[in-house]
Amino acid sequence: MIYMDNAATTMKKPQCVIEAVSAAMCFMGNAGRGAHAASLDASRSIYGTRQSLAEFFHAENPKQIVFTNNSTESLNIAIKGTIRPGDHVITTEMEHNSVLRPLYEMEERGVELTIIPADKRGMVDYDDFAKAVRSNTKAIVCTNASNLTGNKVDIKKVGEIAKKSGLLFIVDASQTAGVYPIDVQDMNIDILCFTGHKGLLGPQGTGGMYVRTGVEVKPLKSGGSGVLTYSKHHPLEMPTALEAGTLNGHGIAGLGAGVEYIRRTGIDKIRETELSHMWKFYNGVKKIPGVKIYGDFDTEDRCPIVTLNIGDYDSSEVSDELLMTYDISTRPGAHCAPLMHKALGTVEQGAVRFSFSHYNTEEEIAIAVKAVEELSKEE
Amino acid sequence: MRKKELKLIVTFHTTADAMAMEKACKERGVPGRLIPVPRVISAGCGLSWCAETAEKENIKAMMQSVGIQEEDMHECMV
Repeated sequence: MIYMDNAATTMKKPQCVIEAVSAAMCFMGNAGRGAHAASLDASRSIYGTRQSLAEFFHAENPKQIVFTNNSTESLNIAIKGTIRPGDHVITTEMEHNSVLRPLYEMEERGVELTIIPADKRGMVDYDDFAKAVRSNTKAIVCTNASNLTGNKVDIKKVGEIAKKSGLLFIVDASQTAGVYPIDVQDMNIDILCFTGHKGLLGPQGTGGMYVRTGVEVKPLKSGGSGVLTYSKHHPLEMPTALEAGTLNGHGIAGLGAGVEYIRRTGIDKIRETELSHMWKFYNGVKKIPGVKIYGDFDTEDRCPIVTLNIGDYDSSEVSDELLMTYDISTRPGAHCAPLMHKALGTVEQGAVRFSFSHYNTEEEIAIAVKAVEELSKEE
Repeated sequence: MRKKELKLIVTFHTTADAMAMEKACKERGVPGRLIPVPRVISAGCGLSWCAETAEKENIKAMMQSVGIQEEDMHECMV
């Protein structure tokens, strides 16, 4: 199988990630629920990953890193835990449904919403952020990169606007964590939401968030914490405040190994390989008659994603043909980013997304280019 | 049961604090270990750092320099 759906999940994981999960399943007790060896080993392992992630994202303290199941959970906690009826929130058309749906839910509860439009290439105008600020604006919720086009948002620039206006800045780093360096201090990020199973190369069911010290987030869940058993309320101390229930310790061990693999290999080196694949594929397919590519390729600052359509073919048919004839895995249809599909004009047709890993080979890229070429010639 | 001795017991708000404590102590060669919080002490986190009472000032200074916040410090028989 030629796997080119890495923006959905990185299927091929480093061997050290697999070994870390497997080892954890042999030794791990329940973290923080006792002082015996198995429980302490679990706590140590989880704390190790917490510390790695804190260093990776430049958090001021490992306690400000919270573990969740994925970006969606992190974004729900961030949005529902900080925004109140009567507040105004700014977001963009580039967002995934994991941002939009919690915001629409808040809108129904009395939150005002401004959605910055995306142009035909799926890009936003940065001046629109400052123009949208009102007296009751509470937060900017913004993706770091589109899951559909791979184009990035200059988070540092948006972070400066948020800081200048005293707004909370919540960032969805689903496509960029582990791909591009993220410095929450330098970028003025108050809450960073990330998943573990994409660029961070960890297992599915892992993810997390960074929450700046002093930012109050009302928890979505309360329950077991291993601390303050006799209190009627869930503890307010971070990270426990946002981590009710037993954590996915086995998965988190794998996530820690993924982060260490990236640090050891070099985030820039991994990304350069992925982008080299992307450019090779892009340059190979861009001149094929009938192929329409979406997004902005005038910039080098993007994620390793190429989304396209062939003529008027339904994207699902193209993706199916890629699988059946060439054994290439891609994602067709709508990509949980409804407003981006509207901006790009692909609501009906959907689009076929090729997203690359550093584990892809040049040979695989050549096969994919040839496949698109052949399919475009078929009647 | 073994005979009880007077020990320094440091309690924490969260498990993450207790883990930070263990790591910092190991890295700096400060003796002690994590134990369940003794019943005579009321604490948030179920884990506490148990060390010799003579280490109190040393541990206090180390915690301050690393930035680990204790919930409380006790001397009790454990």
